[in-house]
Amino acid sequence: MAMLSFERKYRVRGGTLVGGDLFDFWVGPFYVGFFGVTTLFFSVLGTALIIYGAALGPTWNIWQINIAPPDLKYGLALAPLKEGGLWQIITFCAVGAFSSWALREVEICRKLGIGYHVPFAFSVAILAYVSLVVVRPFLMGAWGHGFPYGILSHLDWVSNTGYQYLHFHYNPAHMLAVSFFFTTTLALSLHGALILSSTNPGKGEVVKTPEHEDTFFRDTIGYSIGTLGIHRLGLFLALSAGFWSAVCIVISGPFWTRGWPEWWGWWLNLPVWR
Amino acid sequence: MKTFFVVLGASIAFFLTVAMFGTSGWERPPLTTTQNGFRGTGMDQVHTRAEVAEKKDANVAPAPADPAEEGGELAGQTYENVKVLSGLTTNEFNRLMVSMTEWVSPEQGCTYCHNTENMADDSLYQKRVARRMLQMTQHINSDWKANHVGGAGVTCYTCHRGQPVPANIWFTNPGPNRPGGFVSRNNGQNMAAPSVGLASLPYDTLTEYLADKSIDNNAIRVNATTALPTTKGKPIQDAEKTYGLMIHMSEGLGVNCTFCHNTRAISNWQQSTPQRTTAWHGIRMVRDLNGNFMEPLTSTFPRNRLGVLGDVPKVNCTTCHNGQSKPLNGAHVVDAYPELTKVTVADVVKTPAPDAPPAETPAVPATPPTAPAAPQP
Repeated sequence: MAMLSFERKYRVRGGTLVGGDLFDFWVGPFYVGFFGVTTLFFSVLGTALIIYGAALGPTWNIWQINIAPPDLKYGLALAPLKEGGLWQIITFCAVGAFSSWALREVEICRKLGIGYHVPFAFSVAILAYVSLVVVRPFLMGAWGHGFPYGILSHLDWVSNTGYQYLHFHYNPAHMLAVSFFFTTTLALSLHGALILSSTNPGKGEVVKTPEHEDTFFRDTIGYSIGTLGIHRLGLFLALSAGFWSAVCIVISGPFWTRGWPEWWGWWLNLPVWR
Repeated sequence: MKTFFVVLGASIAFFLTVAMFGTSGWERPPLTTTQNGFRGTGMDQVHTRAEVAEKKDANVAPAPADPAEEGGELAGQTYENVKVLSGLTTNEFNRLMVSMTEWVSPEQGCTYCHNTENMADDSLYQKRVARRMLQMTQHINSDWKANHVGGAGVTCYTCHRGQPVPANIWFTNPGPNRPGGFVSRNNGQNMAAPSVGLASLPYDTLTEYLADKSIDNNAIRVNATTALPTTKGKPIQDAEKTYGLMIHMSEGLGVNCTFCHNTRAISNWQQSTPQRTTAWHGIRMVRDLNGNFMEPLTSTFPRNRLGVLGDVPKVNCTTCHNGQSKPLNGAHVVDAYPELTKVTVADVVKTPAPDAPPAETPAVPATPPTAPAAPQP
């Protein structure tokens, strides 16, 4: 496969975490590494099991395919393959594949001598997933509390799990997560609009510099966080959204079993105005 | 000045954090969870193991009294002014009177209802109310047996729990008295009322939905029954009222929404659990009890037993259920009191038989659906 002109200088040996030189090679443009192999193994096995699960199910309708976790009665034990066991193995494969990919990113960072921002950010996404299908089910005492794998079925799970706490919008961590999700999209839209407009000048105009960009936001909203700062802010907002999502679901059940509106009793009972 | 505000802000944040972690009543595993839907649908009941044990202990049905000696004269002949239980033998009658005292007024004893100089005297309002309540108990155990209370039935204790006035009664809530001023209207909401689980939902939904026996059967339903709108539909405030009522039912039964509903299609009977049918009839039962038994007692009660608007104390789901899906741990409390399972005196106020569910409400949700009812204008 053809290589881009600058690509060769990024193909640095070493920096591997496991396996030494054994897997330190590229296939076409793709770095392999030990974790590339495990990623491939887990993702191929997991995907094959999903297809097998779909084949066992009543439909090939992509929206309705559903691979559900076991009944609660199996607790934290293994369930029969066709009654949730598949879900358990697929979950194991998913965690294996996601973690392998994150570690492969770490190896690439080490090769390039850059910071671990990318694997760290991806780890927060993995944390959110693991919170949902491993940590929370474990705390609640049954794998059956994980969400089912299916486009519509997982949404049904989200709806019912929200209504387990009567009114999920009163969940304080959910409030934070939602606010961060909206803020991260707002920040991205402001930033994206700025970059697109400054790099696509009108006919006869020149591409705008960061000074121009800063001035635009100082004029419109009184402040510009700057070219580096916006990326730090974006990372913080996005990771906070994922982090608080994980918190909001882990506390629902293990640490709060009643309606979320009731949780705010502490506020109503503050000695200031009770 | 800046330091002052930094210190002030930090202290407020600190105290709020302490209050949030320390006083909001966080719980912790181990949990007891039960599943009431297909695996993976998230239709589960979630409680801490400690809470389940605590509730079980707090809702133990009292041991029934020893059976009465057989034979003997009828109570109607032995005593004067026996109107509801005259068909019982004197022994059965006395046994029930003793049990009622234990259930309702264990501390106050017989004198809570009776003038001990003349037990037949009706001068105490408590006695007149108790007579009507006996009829209500018989009505519940006979006319609502099939659709709501089942074989478990109810006795006075189901609601009273050893107290003359049951803990979980309710009155119409007129809201704060604010004739004018900056916030003169609150649209009946935003009070963090316990009746709606401290949510901002309308706090007096029960008066409309549970106290009006002649309310339209579809009043609670807000979901559209057609894919596309054919009429203006109901306003969002109606949805909030329904939500408030549903939160009351959840809190009263100690269950969450998924006990009855698959929330992907809340209004759909086919996807709901069988419990929803029982609850549907329960709502009708509560309306029946409030409208036909409590309401007519308004003039019997003294003023201090009535609500701020002069309304009679009323029944809701919590009154019997007391935080459990099956009151008193599901004990069959009427088994030992067969006299409470049939109406012995025809009612003066004709109580209608539990009305049949509307067409779109199959008694058993598993049966195939009929055509949806026309949307209500």
